[in-house]
Amino acid sequence: MSSGTLAAYRPILIAVAAFAALPLAVPLLVGAGLFAGANTFYNLMIFILIITLAAQGWNIAGGYGGQFSFGHAAFFGTGAYAQAVLQTRYGVNAWAALPVAMALGGLVGAVIGLLAFRARLRGSYFALVTLAFAEVFRILANATPITGGAAGTLVPLRIGFGQMQFEAPAAFFYLALAFVAVVLVLNRVLERSRFGAWLVAVRENEDAARALGVDTLAVKLKAITLSAAITAVAGALYTQKFLYVDANIAYGAWISVEALLAPIVGGIGTVFGPLIGAVALIGLGEAAKTAIHAAFGSAVPGVDLVVYGALLIVVIAFAPRGLIGLLKAGGGR
Amino acid sequence: MLAVETLSKRFGGLVAVSDVSLTVPEGSITGLIGPNGAGKTTLFTLISGFQTPSAGRVLFAGEDVTGRTPESLAVLGIARTFQIVQPFAGLTVLENVAVGAYLRHPGRRDAMAHAEAVAERVGLADLGRPASSLTVAGRKRLELARALATGPRLLLLDEVLAGLNPSEIRDIIPVIRAIRDSGVTILMIEHVMQAVMSLCEQVHVLANGRLIAAGTPAEVVSDPQVVEAYLGPGAAGRLQKGAAHG
Repeated sequence: MSSGTLAAYRPILIAVAAFAALPLAVPLLVGAGLFAGANTFYNLMIFILIITLAAQGWNIAGGYGGQFSFGHAAFFGTGAYAQAVLQTRYGVNAWAALPVAMALGGLVGAVIGLLAFRARLRGSYFALVTLAFAEVFRILANATPITGGAAGTLVPLRIGFGQMQFEAPAAFFYLALAFVAVVLVLNRVLERSRFGAWLVAVRENEDAARALGVDTLAVKLKAITLSAAITAVAGALYTQKFLYVDANIAYGAWISVEALLAPIVGGIGTVFGPLIGAVALIGLGEAAKTAIHAAFGSAVPGVDLVVYGALLIVVIAFAPRGLIGLLKAGGGR
Repeated sequence: MLAVETLSKRFGGLVAVSDVSLTVPEGSITGLIGPNGAGKTTLFTLISGFQTPSAGRVLFAGEDVTGRTPESLAVLGIARTFQIVQPFAGLTVLENVAVGAYLRHPGRRDAMAHAEAVAERVGLADLGRPASSLTVAGRKRLELARALATGPRLLLLDEVLAGLNPSEIRDIIPVIRAIRDSGVTILMIEHVMQAVMSLCEQVHVLANGRLIAAGTPAEVVSDPQVVEAYLGPGAAGRLQKGAAHG
C-alpha cells in the first residue's frame, strides 16, 4: 500500500478508535447527570450503531448509486426475522444465523432490484415500489405463523457468548462497532474501486455511463444486493440486542425512514455520512426527549420526530451536502 | 470498420432515418452532415445501440452488431460523445475520464494513470476541479476524453465543435486529427464546415432521413442537391446564375 492509500483509511481508524474509547467516559457522563446510568448510555450507543449500519446499507444503493429506496425495512426486517426464527424454530446458533440472515436480506434485495430495475423504475417510482414491498412484507409477517404472527417472536434470554448475548453491555457495543467499522472500510474500498466509480456514474447519468461501457443493470443489482445484505445485518443485530421482533418493528416504515434520513442528514454518498447522521439524529432526538421530560415532568411522545423533521429542514436548506459537507466547508477543504 | 446497410428508423408515422447505407473505412475521418432534423443524431443512436433500428443492419469490423446494447458496443470498441454534453456533474474532471478508463483498466492506479494521459492528450488541465465548473469548450473536451478513455476503435463524435468560438475550434482540430493518427477511426457529425473541410476525407450528406450525397468535402459542397437541401429548392440554380453574372 502506498502512503496515499493509507491516508484514505486514516480517518476511519481515528473515528473507530474514538468510538471504542467512549466507554472510558461513561463514569464521567453519568456523573455529570447526562445519562441515568451506564446501561442507558450503552443502549443509546448500540441503537445508534445499529441505525448507522442500516443507514450504511441504504447509502450504498441510495447514496453512491442514486437509487432512493423508501423500503429498506424489507431488508432490515428480513434480517431481524431470520435471526429470530432460525434460532427459535430451527435451533440454529446465533453466530451461524447471522450470515444466513445477511444472505437472505441480500437475496430479497436482489429480487426486488431485479423486478424494479428491469422495469426501468427510477426516482420516486423506485422509492414507491420499494415502500410497497416493505409494506407487503409487514402485512405477511403479521399474518404468517412462522414469524409468530401479530404476537411476534421472542428470542429466549440465554446469556452466553455462544448465544451472542452478553452480560456486560459494553460487549454488544463493541460487536456493533466492529460491524460498523468493517462497513466503513468496505465503503472506502468501494469508493476507490471500479465498481464504485461505475456506481457513481450510474447515479450521475445513466446514458452517459452506458456509452462508456457500464452495464447499468448489473451495477444497480450488485449495489442493491450489497445494500440489502448490510441492512439485514443491522436487523439481525437488532434482534440480538432486544431479543424480540414483531412486524411493526422489523418491517415498519420507521426503519426505512431512519435508514435514509441518517445518510441524507450526515452526507449522502460519503463514508461517514450515515454515522454522523445517525449520531446527530438519534442524539438530538434523545436530548430533546430528556429536555422535555425535565421541563414538563412527563414525556411528550413523538418529540424526537419533531426534532428529525426540524433537523432535516435545516440540513436541506443550509447544508445540501449534509453535515459532513458543512464540516468540510468549515475546514477550508 | 463500420458498415451501415439500408438502416431505417420509424417513430410512429415519422421516418427519421430511411434506407441509409454508408461505410466508414478503417483509419478514416468520415463526416456526416445535413440540415437540422435530417436524422444525423438518430443515425448515431442506432449505430451506438441506444435505439434499435426498424430495419437494416449495422456491421462493425465485419460483425453484425445490430440491436446490441450501448455498453456491449463500448466493450467491442465503439464509443460516442453526446451532442448535448452529459458530464457526471458531481465528479471531478479526472474522475469523469476515469469512468471511461476503467473499462479496459480494472485497477485504480492503472485507470487513473490512463485517465490522466487521455486528459492531457485532449488538452484538459486542472483535473481536480468539479466537471460542473468547466466552460462549454472544456465540457466538449471532457466528452471527447471520456469516450477516448474507453479505448475505442471507432469514435462517434456528435457535434463536438458546436458552440465553440473560432479559436477554440482551431485548437481542437489538431486534437481530433491526432486521435485518428493514433489508430482510431472517426465518424463525426458536424455543422462547422471549416472543420469538415479540413478533417474529413469522405462526407455523407443526410436530408430528411435520406442519404442524398457522398464524396470528398469539396465534391459534396458543390453538389446542387446538397445546396438545395440547406437553402431550399431552386437555390442551387440561383447561386449558379448569380455566380455567372458576378
